[in-house]
Amino acid sequence: MTTATLQPGPSPTTRSEPTYLNVRTTISSWLLTTDHKRIAILYMVSITLFFFIGGAAAALMRLELLTPQGELVTSETYNKLFTIHGVVMVWFFLIPSIPTVLGNFLLPMMIGGRDVAFPKINLASWYLFMAGGLFTVFSIVTGGVDTGWTFYTPYSSTYANGHVIAMATGIFIAGFGSIATGLNFIVTTHTMRAPGMTWSRLPLFVWSLYATSVILVLATPVLAILLALLALERGFGVGIFNPAIGGDPLLFQHLFWFYSHPAVYIMILPGMGVVSELIPCFARRKIFGYHFVAYASIAIAVLGFLVWGHHMFVSSQSIYAGMIFSVLSFMVAIPSAIKVFNWTATLYKGSILFATPMLYALGFVGLFTIGGLTGLFLAALAVDVHVHDTYFVIAHFHYIMVGGMVMAYLGGLHFWWPKISGRMYPERLARLAALTIFAGFNLTFFPQFILGYLGMPRRYHVYAPEFQVLNVLSSAGASILAIGYLLPLAYLLWSWRYGKIAPSNPWRATGLEWTTPSPPPKDNFEITPVVTTEPYQYDPEAAELEAHA
Amino acid sequence: MSTFLHRLFPKEASNLAPPVDHVFVALLALCSAVAFLVLVVALVFCIRYRRGSKANRTPPKGSPLRLEITWTIIPFFIFLGLFFWAADVFFAMSRPPADATEIYVVGKQWMWKIQHPDGRREINELHIPVGRPVKLVMTSQDVIHDFFVPDFRNKQDVVPGRYTTEWFKPTRPGRYHLFCSQYCGTDHSLMVGWVYVMEPAEHAKWLAGQPAPDSLVTMGERAFHTRGCSGCHAPNAAIRAPLLDGIFGKPVPLSDGTLVTADDQYLRDSILLPNKQIAAGYDPVMPTYQGQIGDEELNAIIAYLKSLAAKETP
Amino acid sequence: MPSLALPVEHQFDDAGQQREAATLGMWVFLSTEILFFGGMFLAYTAYRYTYPQAFAEASRQTLIAFGAVNTAVLLISSTVMAFAVRAASKNRRALLGLLLLGTAGLGALFLIIKGFEYAHEIKEHLLPGSRFYTNASDPKHVELFFSIYWVMTGVHALHVTIGVVLIVFFAFRAWFTNAFLNRDTPVELLGLYWHFVDIVWVFLFPLIYMIDRHS
Repeated sequence: MTTATLQPGPSPTTRSEPTYLNVRTTISSWLLTTDHKRIAILYMVSITLFFFIGGAAAALMRLELLTPQGELVTSETYNKLFTIHGVVMVWFFLIPSIPTVLGNFLLPMMIGGRDVAFPKINLASWYLFMAGGLFTVFSIVTGGVDTGWTFYTPYSSTYANGHVIAMATGIFIAGFGSIATGLNFIVTTHTMRAPGMTWSRLPLFVWSLYATSVILVLATPVLAILLALLALERGFGVGIFNPAIGGDPLLFQHLFWFYSHPAVYIMILPGMGVVSELIPCFARRKIFGYHFVAYASIAIAVLGFLVWGHHMFVSSQSIYAGMIFSVLSFMVAIPSAIKVFNWTATLYKGSILFATPMLYALGFVGLFTIGGLTGLFLAALAVDVHVHDTYFVIAHFHYIMVGGMVMAYLGGLHFWWPKISGRMYPERLARLAALTIFAGFNLTFFPQFILGYLGMPRRYHVYAPEFQVLNVLSSAGASILAIGYLLPLAYLLWSWRYGKIAPSNPWRATGLEWTTPSPPPKDNFEITPVVTTEPYQYDPEAAELEAHA
Repeated sequence: MSTFLHRLFPKEASNLAPPVDHVFVALLALCSAVAFLVLVVALVFCIRYRRGSKANRTPPKGSPLRLEITWTIIPFFIFLGLFFWAADVFFAMSRPPADATEIYVVGKQWMWKIQHPDGRREINELHIPVGRPVKLVMTSQDVIHDFFVPDFRNKQDVVPGRYTTEWFKPTRPGRYHLFCSQYCGTDHSLMVGWVYVMEPAEHAKWLAGQPAPDSLVTMGERAFHTRGCSGCHAPNAAIRAPLLDGIFGKPVPLSDGTLVTADDQYLRDSILLPNKQIAAGYDPVMPTYQGQIGDEELNAIIAYLKSLAAKETP
Repeated sequence: MPSLALPVEHQFDDAGQQREAATLGMWVFLSTEILFFGGMFLAYTAYRYTYPQAFAEASRQTLIAFGAVNTAVLLISSTVMAFAVRAASKNRRALLGLLLLGTAGLGALFLIIKGFEYAHEIKEHLLPGSRFYTNASDPKHVELFFSIYWVMTGVHALHVTIGVVLIVFFAFRAWFTNAFLNRDTPVELLGLYWHFVDIVWVFLFPLIYMIDRHS
């Protein structure tokens, strides 16, 4: 009975009205649901599964890299491990993470709607995602793929071992799920807003989801056609990318990064949105520079489409193209900087409470700042030549993806957990987990910056002995990080059944999602809310008075 | 202290290393300052305005617009400056000097094959004298590789089907890591080697200790005859084909009216894919040599054609 | 596309909101489609620029008569579709069914002609792969042209096929149900899709069949 675990024990409140969780409890009522909140739960369960698959691969890699000789696994296995880690984490965890779980759950509630615009398409997205996941898992269990998540040609199309086509098919199918989610969010944000919910009253999380959706809709189809062409070349020897049969490998890289660089922003913009919700709430201050933070999301989405060539500075692309991509890459850092400054300024004259979500949010700001600043090294042409394809790059994007997105996802998950489950999690344990993750993360990835500048290339199974000390430090950090990630899994599952019953607004937060009971009823609101104020009407002085009282 | 720093910072062993490191250190200083500033400000706010502290919380007056514009404009100009500086260094890194020694590099899964101009070959090792600029002309037999010498601060993808170049002037004798840094398959991490930078006298001794083969030009000239190139590309041949004396580096008019410069890439394509670009005034009758001629022999023929051009312009 | 049966689904407040959402949804979908074809057009452009002679030579081996007739067929079908949308907005459902069936018929005719063209090309060994053969001077890049040709026209034909199936389905709904009673949005959106498929072909036709025909 899988539904039993998904159902809270005693009824959370004395209300007679059923919640979205217990309105119907059969398995089919979950698998055929069109309720955005239930679809969010389906996604949450699936991406958690994928997160631990990808994490297991990472753990094995870090274990292997304890020694320079490469003794634990063969090089073939190692290559498959980092491919699994990359593919699963990028397409089956990071890209869906915040949009499909928190976005699906919250977007309609935040704008005062009953559901997304196309609930059936929303369910179809999940099925596409799962079908893609099945193909990918199939290709992993039947031998794996050793191309790396970037699938560079002609290696992937001609020389690679394993089920490249099956894995590409999995990503191709999951991609259509992404597109459908993006389409749904764009239309929902445009057409489903409650009366009075103008664009400048939208929560910043909605702005960031909107920017993310634009990227999902416009970039993902390019990846789809690219993977189709790759499969044709590999399956039928049709020469498109392999120079030995008439193609050009650089075209593959251009198309790949035309998708994959914007995809990086798919993997960080929603996190920025979450943090823009958490910081005002726990600092009890209106967000500083609302319009700047909102437009910065759009600016990142637009500029993000114009910088893909900075992945190709040493690929033999023209040096003049390199210059244009370099200057644009510097420019895309500006809106990110604006966001960091505004979050920091929001703390000024606040009444700051260090609850678990706030710890994650502050951790996000710190780690994202380091991740973003090290991005400048990669935008600078001369320095990028040296650090390209080294551990410096690995460290940089893990600071963004893990230090940024995963921290934000966990922060958001804790923040909205009372709303999602109707239960509170154990606060002290949660704070301990947040600090463990923060410490483990830095120990894992900071040494990799140094490794990279020293010249250790990425995707090396065997490495030069002088790199060992830093690698051991990194592996030690990874073990702390692993414990940190297992903690929330344990106590959140526990709290689903045994946690304290949550009130409808435990954080005294603004936002429409907090005006409805926890967990919300199926249609979110009994009567459609009317919005009359701007978001984030927090008052630090009132918070102080309450604290003293 | 210095040994500790050496563990955290790679050696500077080429002319490119100091300028790259200067940009890097400048970025490091700037980014550390910004990160430190954000950290300190956030920390001060977090302590001062923690819930329950006795701080003044009356909302600040005035529009935040000036602050927003300040922290938008200042990064913009700093970034622009950094961009120009790094691009300037990058230009120097991408343009080899004219007097550089040309060495051909062929990458294949999973080894580096190196051809010196005097015909000597090495595998996974490169011996060069200190203080003389070296230009690597590189191609791959299979997948994309990347020639990376961290202590020289330069790297370049090695792409099948085309030539790419990379240059440096070694400034310190010693032994330096050579890594393949573009993922190329199972033994990617074993596609490594050493670059030996030697004092000129020592390099001469190393040269003397090796059996002296024919120079690359001589090998190319021989191939030019044995492969039958000279059957057509000769003044009195029965089939009309362009004469190749002195063609290297010259503009070549094509049958579609455009002009190309006869560089390494053009000569390579003309041998492997003769019909990609057809010289104006000639019939497309040249057969393709793709699959019949290896990259190393091809490099020798191109070196020979280059030598003809060098002879013509004293 | 939202459900075709219910007048207003539960998540919408009124029919106006539903109509707005559906229309915007279709436009967003088409923008995705443009980028999907865009990847292929980029590949085409890059290679045509690199190998102009091989592409011109390959283009001369295509059957321009078939392509031209097909262009006309699709353009006419789009016109018929436009009349169908008009019939839907005027609530003339019998006529709507008839016009939709006409559109679908022309779409099917396009596929049949394309099928004969494909059959001819397979017979002439112009399908890339091990059996590909051409006596052109640069066979490798002629093959490259045909790789891109088969992918682009194949994906386009898939879109036509999906369109034909949907249009036939709509035609029968128009005749035998009340689905489009006072409700023309679905037909209008189907029309948008069909015009998009048509426009893609209008770009494909000159790019594939008309490079350097005169020389």
